[in-house]
Amino acid sequence: MKKKVLSALLATTMVASMLVGCGSKAEEPAAEAPAAEAPAAEETPAAEEAPAAEEAPAAEEGKVFNIYCWNEEFKSRVKDHYPGYEEVDGTTGKIGDVTVQWHITPSDDNAYQNNLDETLLKQESAPADEKIDMFLMEADYALKYVDTPYTMNVADLGITEADLANQFQYTKDVVTDSNGNLKGVSWQGCPGVLIYRRDIAKDVLGTDDPAEVNEAVKDWDAFSATAAKMKEKGYLMTSSVNDTYRVYSNNVTSKWVSADNKIQIDPNILKWVEDSKKMVDAGQTATHELWSDDWSKGFFEDSNVFCYFGPAWFVDFCMSAGADGAVATNGGWGAVEGPQGFFWGGTWICGATGTDNASLIKDIMLKLTCDKDIMIDIVKADNDFVNNEPAMLEMAADTSYSSAVLGGQNPLAMYVAGVSKIDLSNQSAYDQGINESFQEAMRGYFDGNYTYDEALDAFYKAVVEKYPSLTY
Amino acid sequence: MSKKTKNNNVVRYNRWGYIFLIPFVVTYCIFQLIPLFSTIYNSFFENYRDGIIQVGPKYIGFANYVKLFSQGDIWTYLGNTMIMWVMGFVPQILLSLILGAWFSNQRMRLKCEGFFKTVIYLPNLIMASAFAMLFFTLFSDMGPINDILIHIGILKEPYQFLFHVGSARTIVAGMNCLMWFGNTTILLMAGMMGIDPALFEAAEVDGATATDVFFKITLPLLRPILLYVMITSLIGGLQMFDVPQVLTNATGDPARSTLTMIMFLNKHLFSKNFGMGGALSVFLFVVTGILSLIVFKLSVKEN
Repeated sequence: MKKKVLSALLATTMVASMLVGCGSKAEEPAAEAPAAEAPAAEETPAAEEAPAAEEAPAAEEGKVFNIYCWNEEFKSRVKDHYPGYEEVDGTTGKIGDVTVQWHITPSDDNAYQNNLDETLLKQESAPADEKIDMFLMEADYALKYVDTPYTMNVADLGITEADLANQFQYTKDVVTDSNGNLKGVSWQGCPGVLIYRRDIAKDVLGTDDPAEVNEAVKDWDAFSATAAKMKEKGYLMTSSVNDTYRVYSNNVTSKWVSADNKIQIDPNILKWVEDSKKMVDAGQTATHELWSDDWSKGFFEDSNVFCYFGPAWFVDFCMSAGADGAVATNGGWGAVEGPQGFFWGGTWICGATGTDNASLIKDIMLKLTCDKDIMIDIVKADNDFVNNEPAMLEMAADTSYSSAVLGGQNPLAMYVAGVSKIDLSNQSAYDQGINESFQEAMRGYFDGNYTYDEALDAFYKAVVEKYPSLTY
Repeated sequence: MSKKTKNNNVVRYNRWGYIFLIPFVVTYCIFQLIPLFSTIYNSFFENYRDGIIQVGPKYIGFANYVKLFSQGDIWTYLGNTMIMWVMGFVPQILLSLILGAWFSNQRMRLKCEGFFKTVIYLPNLIMASAFAMLFFTLFSDMGPINDILIHIGILKEPYQFLFHVGSARTIVAGMNCLMWFGNTTILLMAGMMGIDPALFEAAEVDGATATDVFFKITLPLLRPILLYVMITSLIGGLQMFDVPQVLTNATGDPARSTLTMIMFLNKHLFSKNFGMGGALSVFLFVVTGILSLIVFKLSVKEN
């Protein structure tokens, strides 16, 4: 009898515990459903704001302003420079009687985009106070959102072209959709320059004066001639072929994807392949991935890399300034415009379709991206390169501003000059994935491990896997 | 009367058996059977994201399968997977057989047997991804292996281990071998210790050498265990993913020659392409089934 009771007990516990276990799993309906984490992110504000939603409908504008972004940068800009913003706690703030709700998802492993995609897809059916009002994006994938109905026309918000006149043209190109509508604005610009080692320049070119060094790299022919001279003295021109990729790819004359969704390769990209292959074969550069250890060894004095390409943030924060033995620590770098203008990085602000706070979006955009006084404040307080040409030219003329990493040079005028020449009208929504795959595939060709055709084949296959709607 | 009670008792006992089976059956249905059928179902639909625009789901019959096979790449990836599995499995099983025979041999009286058994099992305790990171660093262009080879004068300049087909595949296979030979050794050892010692003694009395004993007694009697090891390793090998994925940073470099079936499947996740992913999974399911059947049939016939 005892045994029976015991076994019955055991059996019931087992079955019960199993049901409990399954129960909690079953609520999470689809193990395979995309990005199961998405709902969690929105639930927090929803719970708090539910009562407000019931009172709100009569009012013209919503009482909750949802902003989606991937780090604290924009939040701190709003906090410091938007008049009337009060911080409540880490993820909420107040502008007047509107609660600002920050939804911050880091962009690692595509998490930010995954979360944003899931929320945007549910935008239509979401209650007014849970809808996304504003979200941020980067240039690499801007068109993925810009070319869809999920983003609002800036013009529809009531911002005129005159308001935006001082912004750099490329910052508008990035967020202009295929019908020519501007869909977002940015408060910063990230124009890049060629950054060279002064001591190597003296050794090889006989001078480290920026004007003369620029002569030696003013176009790609001069660049490769200099690369040959560098090699003779035992120096590498660049740390990796990938350093120059952005410079070429920012200056293309056709899109990656044709009107009938075929992948096409621009002549300037082909030129990158050709030039890079020559340089690798001649031993003038290597094929490391950007940000790899091998790549960043060139930041230090015991290496032999002549130049890097990068914008202001790269110079200030990425070149190991302050570290023992780093070239940057002793101000050993110089900057010149280089062969072609390019940009790297930057954040754009978009209004989400379906928002109930259109006028607030307009005001934030105007204040933070068009108001010259506020923008000069941003330069002074945060050392940002702002998206306002007159403001930056003013700073460029200011002799008191200089960069320690660049040995006391004021590079701002150069940044402005390079970037005003960029034409980014040839972007496509698939650029992020295609550029990544292209660089990855070409690496083996540069190293001589397989032929150009094999590399192209691998590239096409990788792209079609990422974007099933494309063909080649 | 007494017979009836006995029958009743049996039925009652059986009832407990069924109750104890419920957890397995329910878990199996929820986590294996239903996903299996939903995968098959999904493979008949066009269903993916183009950027943020959802395409489908739209019923397209066998179009996903046609596309999968007409591209022809799938055979390359299946080939990659099988080549790397064989390259890893052959040394693994040889190593395990030798070690198993030594450990289970009463006459050799190995010292610190427990210690060595633990040590050979250790690589399996490390996460495959961590292990792959380690090898990635070891074999990188400027990594320690290249350094050593240059210093002792074998190489003149760094060899790009991860960017040549042969070396990249060998590293993947070697890692799989290293990770799993301990596990296999323990399984084989258990099998060898299950063999009646009287047989070994009889053989010795008859004057058989150690080699004779191994090939004529141990190996034939070990067949069921060997078969089990082979099938599990084959299925595991077909699902090879984490080692090459981390080692090649998901690219399957050089030129996709280390791209396995599951890595290919994983690539479809980027566009949430459930249709193609489903078709590929079904194909993988069929291949696994056929291979297992062949191995199983072969062994039954010989028995």
